[in-house]
Amino acid sequence: MTNLLLFVEAPVLLIQVILDGVLVGALFALAAYGLALVWGVMNIINIVQGELVLLGGYVALTVVGAGLSPFMAIPIAAAVLFIVGWLLYRGVIFRVVEKDLFTSVLATFGLSILIAQLINQGFGADVRSIDSGLGTWLFFDGIVSVSQARVVAFVLALLIGAVLVIFLRVTRLGRAIRATAQNARAARALGVDTGQVYAWTYAINAAICGAAGALIVMIWVIQPFGGLLYTVRAFMIVIVAGLGNVVGVIGAALGLGAAETFVGFVFGTQFQAAFVFSLLVVILVARNVRLARQRRYLR
Amino acid sequence: MRIRVLLRAVLVAGVALSAPAAAKVEGSTIVLGAAVSITGKFSIDGQHTKNGYDLAVKRVNEQGGVKVGGKSYKIEVRYYDDESSNERAASLVERLIAQDGIKFILGPYSSPLTGAIAPVTEKYKIPMVEGNGASRSLFTKGYKYLFAVLSTSEQYLSSAVDLAAEKSREAGKDPSSLRLALAMGDDSFSLDVRAGILDAAKRYGMAVVIDDKVPDNFTDMSATLSRVKAVKPDVLLVSGHAMGAATATRQIAEAKVDVSVLAMTHCDSAQIAEKFGAAAEYTLCASQWAPTLAYSDKWFGSAGDYNALFMKAYGYEAPYQAAESSAAVLVFADALQRAGGFDQEKVRDALARTDLQTFYGPIKFDETGKNVVKPMMLYQVQDGDYKVVAPTKWATAKLIYPRPSWSKRGT
Repeated sequence: MTNLLLFVEAPVLLIQVILDGVLVGALFALAAYGLALVWGVMNIINIVQGELVLLGGYVALTVVGAGLSPFMAIPIAAAVLFIVGWLLYRGVIFRVVEKDLFTSVLATFGLSILIAQLINQGFGADVRSIDSGLGTWLFFDGIVSVSQARVVAFVLALLIGAVLVIFLRVTRLGRAIRATAQNARAARALGVDTGQVYAWTYAINAAICGAAGALIVMIWVIQPFGGLLYTVRAFMIVIVAGLGNVVGVIGAALGLGAAETFVGFVFGTQFQAAFVFSLLVVILVARNVRLARQRRYLR
Repeated sequence: MRIRVLLRAVLVAGVALSAPAAAKVEGSTIVLGAAVSITGKFSIDGQHTKNGYDLAVKRVNEQGGVKVGGKSYKIEVRYYDDESSNERAASLVERLIAQDGIKFILGPYSSPLTGAIAPVTEKYKIPMVEGNGASRSLFTKGYKYLFAVLSTSEQYLSSAVDLAAEKSREAGKDPSSLRLALAMGDDSFSLDVRAGILDAAKRYGMAVVIDDKVPDNFTDMSATLSRVKAVKPDVLLVSGHAMGAATATRQIAEAKVDVSVLAMTHCDSAQIAEKFGAAAEYTLCASQWAPTLAYSDKWFGSAGDYNALFMKAYGYEAPYQAAESSAAVLVFADALQRAGGFDQEKVRDALARTDLQTFYGPIKFDETGKNVVKPMMLYQVQDGDYKVVAPTKWATAKLIYPRPSWSKRGT
């Protein structure tokens, strides 16, 4: 509780804590967009999500190692991962789409182990990161500090979210994706090539993960076996946001991020995970109660 | 006729089955066994471990081998790849002992793997000397056949607390006025490190004002750092393997957190000076060993000589994981000579009486099998280089204290 008093002494600390949380949340939002899409459209819980993020990071490392600027690495990582996603779909995922959930969970779990081991073989088990070359903004006599790289990531997270929403609303492919998500059989009957839609959806997911990875390697550090964290976070955010709900994803991610850092600050970081998962349970129960009431009205 | 053939076959089979029992010493070669991680998450450190073993074996053999009971023996190591898995390591060691008949075991890489193997070596009463399992829990279970050449994990950062106390005394301040902040990873190693710090803090009467466990494998510590900025402790201690060192180095610089002393573990494996440049300056790094230390022995000469030899053999600077592995081989060589035979109980007792000076540091075991005479050392990153600043006796550079504040660094 003494930590709450710190807010009374220095109210600007509250700004720092909320800001930290929102900026962290934006990074997880990037990992979650694609999952919301894949889950919503293909009904696949993509366990390999975290490894796709890492792979994006390692592509960025390679690109920067070859002498390009870290910011050039973001689109390149996205492009490379788009191809990886397409190949993964054509190689493995198309076999498990529209099968029961357990099959696809198992398949993507296998892929996640495979990719983590391949990264380990190819890049080594060392922790890696890229120096973005950006600095820090200081406010209020240095009490509040904001890393510029995180702000870039935040802006990009919003931007990618916005582009995704517009893409899904406006373009022909976007409409096809939404149609397939609503009812794949009906979409097929109306002439949508759902196989193609699935391939695009999965590849777009991988591309966003690639961009996320390129940003994360500039802000945090990565190592080959750290993928599960991003999968779990993305999973949580999507559950809170609702499947296929891209706008919900950014809201849920920023909200969870802010709540988490706040709790970490006040009660100690060891309670962060416990708090976030408890919050998840509360949200799910509350939603269930609300839905049950709606169902009663319908009856 | 047929019966005789059958009989002979049975005899041959019988001999073949009993042969491994003599495999510990084949002719004039003593075979040691080791399960190390060549693949999986410890593959890099596992390779360092194997290189360390190989280099020491080569060196001992070049210098005439091990003299046991008046006869010279060469040593050799039989390796299996434990794939960084606890279960695999335990079953491979069982195989080394039960099938291959090996009587002397060198440790694997990492505390969890050592912990998985120890029950097996205890069961068969086989002595194991290890250099890569530092966890406190290895030495609280009453193991009799386990010997560790390295400093245990609770000593990692208590050395930094000692140093801070020393400095504050020099500045005319009572050490008990120092306030500590802890950011520890949620892993068993870091919990040991934390226990060691809390013991030291209690000894000096220092207050621990922040005691955080950083979740998610140390991906982000901004909540802890905000609190550090608000509470303003004198000493910030970080432990979370290479991930923790890299994360802390980056985020402390980003958030411009000022403390008098910042110390962490695993900076060398995270290569913070090489990878983070100015952000890593003045950070204290706890380490088991450094090539610049002034230790020496009859096999390798000085720590620097060891490093040069290692460099020649493998093309990179000797990491401490390799040095402590080499030291484990030297301890075996020394104990075998003193035991004067291959009886595993006699060798075990000789190991327990070890009192050896090596290029890696002095080695002497207490009754739990841990090395109690080698201190942890502290580097400080100065001008992009790791300089030994503690223990003061072996230091090659002067500690810069307190850390210059970020606003005065001109970056």
